[in-house]
Amino acid sequence: MPRAFRSACVLGTSLLGVTLLSGCVANNPAATHAALTVESSQSECAVSTNEAPAGSIRFSVTNSGDQVTEFYLLAADGLRIVGEAENIGPGLRRDLVVQLDAGSYFTACKPGMSGDGVGKAEFTATKTDAAATVNVDLAAQIDSANTNYASYVSDQIDQLVTGTDAFAAAYVGGDFDRARSVYASTRVHWERVETIAESFGDLDPKLDLREADVEEGQNWTGWHAIEKALWPAEAEAGFEAYSTEKRAALTEQLVADTATLDDKVQGLTFTLSQQTNGAIGLLDEVATGKVTGEEEAWSHTDLWDFQANVDGAKVLYDGVRDILLQQDPDLAASLDTEFAALQTLLDAQRVGDGFTIYTDLTPAEIRTLADQVNALGEPLNQLTAALVL
Amino acid sequence: MTRAAPRAKRAESTDPSAPSTPTRGLSRRGLLGLAGASVAGIGLGVAGDRVALAAAAMPGAASASAVYPFYGSHQAGIVTPAQDRLHFAVFDVSVGTTRAELIELLQDWTIAAAALTAGHDIGEYGAVSGPYDAPPEDTGEAQGLPTAGLTITFGFGFGPTLFETADGVDRFGIAGRRPAELAALPHFPGDDLDVGRSDGDVCIQACSNDPQVAVHAIRNLSRIAFGRAALRWSQLGFGRTSSTSTSQSTPRNLFGFKDGTANIKAEEPNVVTDQVWVSADDEPAWLAGGSYLVARRIRMTIETWDRSILREQEAVFGRTKGAGAPLSGGTEFTEPDFTLAGREDQPLIGAAAHVRLAHPTQNKGTKLLRRGYNFVDGNDDLGRLEAGLFFISFQRSPAQFTSVQLNLAKHDALNEYIRHVGSALFAVPAGARENSFVGAPLFA
Repeated sequence: MPRAFRSACVLGTSLLGVTLLSGCVANNPAATHAALTVESSQSECAVSTNEAPAGSIRFSVTNSGDQVTEFYLLAADGLRIVGEAENIGPGLRRDLVVQLDAGSYFTACKPGMSGDGVGKAEFTATKTDAAATVNVDLAAQIDSANTNYASYVSDQIDQLVTGTDAFAAAYVGGDFDRARSVYASTRVHWERVETIAESFGDLDPKLDLREADVEEGQNWTGWHAIEKALWPAEAEAGFEAYSTEKRAALTEQLVADTATLDDKVQGLTFTLSQQTNGAIGLLDEVATGKVTGEEEAWSHTDLWDFQANVDGAKVLYDGVRDILLQQDPDLAASLDTEFAALQTLLDAQRVGDGFTIYTDLTPAEIRTLADQVNALGEPLNQLTAALVL
Repeated sequence: MTRAAPRAKRAESTDPSAPSTPTRGLSRRGLLGLAGASVAGIGLGVAGDRVALAAAAMPGAASASAVYPFYGSHQAGIVTPAQDRLHFAVFDVSVGTTRAELIELLQDWTIAAAALTAGHDIGEYGAVSGPYDAPPEDTGEAQGLPTAGLTITFGFGFGPTLFETADGVDRFGIAGRRPAELAALPHFPGDDLDVGRSDGDVCIQACSNDPQVAVHAIRNLSRIAFGRAALRWSQLGFGRTSSTSTSQSTPRNLFGFKDGTANIKAEEPNVVTDQVWVSADDEPAWLAGGSYLVARRIRMTIETWDRSILREQEAVFGRTKGAGAPLSGGTEFTEPDFTLAGREDQPLIGAAAHVRLAHPTQNKGTKLLRRGYNFVDGNDDLGRLEAGLFFISFQRSPAQFTSVQLNLAKHDALNEYIRHVGSALFAVPAGARENSFVGAPLFA
């Protein structure tokens, strides 16, 4: 389950432009970048210099005015946004790091965040031998990645609806063996797009709340409430089987909430940062809940969820991989390697159509999986910075 | 029987300056555990007087030379400027301990705590000046160390056995004196509590600017308790995460952020009176001048945090990571403006930001005096640092903590990266008066 609200933070990022930023910041501390300052006041947008060598450039923007401000780096046409630092409160400083090809640009500030902005001025990135070449025509690729991902989400939720109906029918009809056998394979569709499902704040706790996260007096519904009843041997002493009425109420709610989710994901569009942060979020889910065996406290089908989260992250990564190959081929190579290594470890735990249950994993196996999640997580979390500014 | 030798040195018969009443000296039983059967009374450990050392310390080394008296109207270690190090220990009173023995233990602890906070070794002979054939009274690892601002703060827990056992036995005749509010905290969403790191009969909070001074205190107090009370759980903390005085800068937690900028400060006497101390008008009367201590062991999944993007990190706290200013602007101490909107009319400080949810204006004016510490207890089986915040807060009523924590547990963006794994609540009595002992009003 979602340790809630990540999505609220992550999905707040919007895609306004794409430029180059080499990933793996920490791996190359010796790299030099031009460090510029910008003072955004009520009427000025004073950049410390109007020229810097092409390559990595850091604009340290200080808001000396008394309104919220924004700083923009615009292309030579004065319109296309190459980079921006938004929502800078009065008195605060925020850094914008961009990688610029040689050429002409404009800098501008927008105190109060409306109107045409102030202090629009020419800025030149001068030619150097080291400067990277920029392929600026990525809009089509991004559009295509976004469209593909929207279809994927919609398809997964469709399958979730179908699976949930079958699961609910089996459970409410008393066919518990059948319900147990489709529990994990149905939830896979949820877990693959979990960060999207989580972005609908009220639906997520209704569908996927773990018992530990239930508030006193709160009505516990969703998958895990049913999970506990289906695997009562794992529950605490004195746990009582649910009545027929309660089973009916839980399944009705589950089916209804899933249908609502289905409605909500129709026609969704995704920005590039939502995709890259979605991949990061899914692997975080693995790191905090699945590799620790906390998600499926009674069925112990954590590896199904694990694989599904990884599936979802991989789909998101694959969607933007072509773009990444142009911008940071080293990061792409690293991600290819680490995704494959993680998949190899998961494949080793396959049993029939499913996986080893969590409680049958040895401590060494769990440790190896956790280490590989970290190995993938570090480069994966560079993805947003590498693709989106 | 080499132990017979020290008998000749019985302080109570030969030294009129050495007090022999239980309230002023360690009880006979307390000393049985320290230096054998025959030494009673307590000297102030001339051999181990560390105040002189502190005074000789480099000028300006205030954190080393600070001395906070143990006796007073309130216990030290609450509004005292937060020291850098913590050793927090929770004891259960042993099976078979009587009311008289419990009182005697509190008397012995009081004497020892007064000596320790004054920079003395405990016992008549201290660490190295006692009978050659007896174990040293003081364990000795603080020799040569300054007082380092040591404070020792005692609290009474609701369980499992102090006021009343689970099956209703009133072991010490104080069941009727349990404050109504000294009860189990509610389950907060996301709680994943380990009973082995929760609750307990009596807590002792030792804070100091030198880790070894704090550990020395808990070690010796534990030793004094053997046979009467035993350690249930304990926690070391390095790096204070709160400032409780305007003279202190706000430190950082292990997420790298300044948190608790708006903490209650000693220089706000009206707020302290209103929010921290139990008043004479509150119930029960024996707790007047005291407070309630909440301890929460909060595990951080810092590996996941460390690879989250800066945008998210700042959004989670609602502050800048560098200066600690609220995202609505200004400097660290600028009041957050929760209504100031940025792009798309969204508030700069988000609805789930920690600074918003913990702020008094979002909690009906409720404030807590926070006094927590960072901890790193090695690593877990998955190779992750066993790291986090050992949260401590003092408040006039546990309801203050409960209302704030409920708000945080339900909505805080930080919940993605933390887990509460230990929890305890204690009633902290007023300060001990000289010639009395800590918690005396509870038994009066």
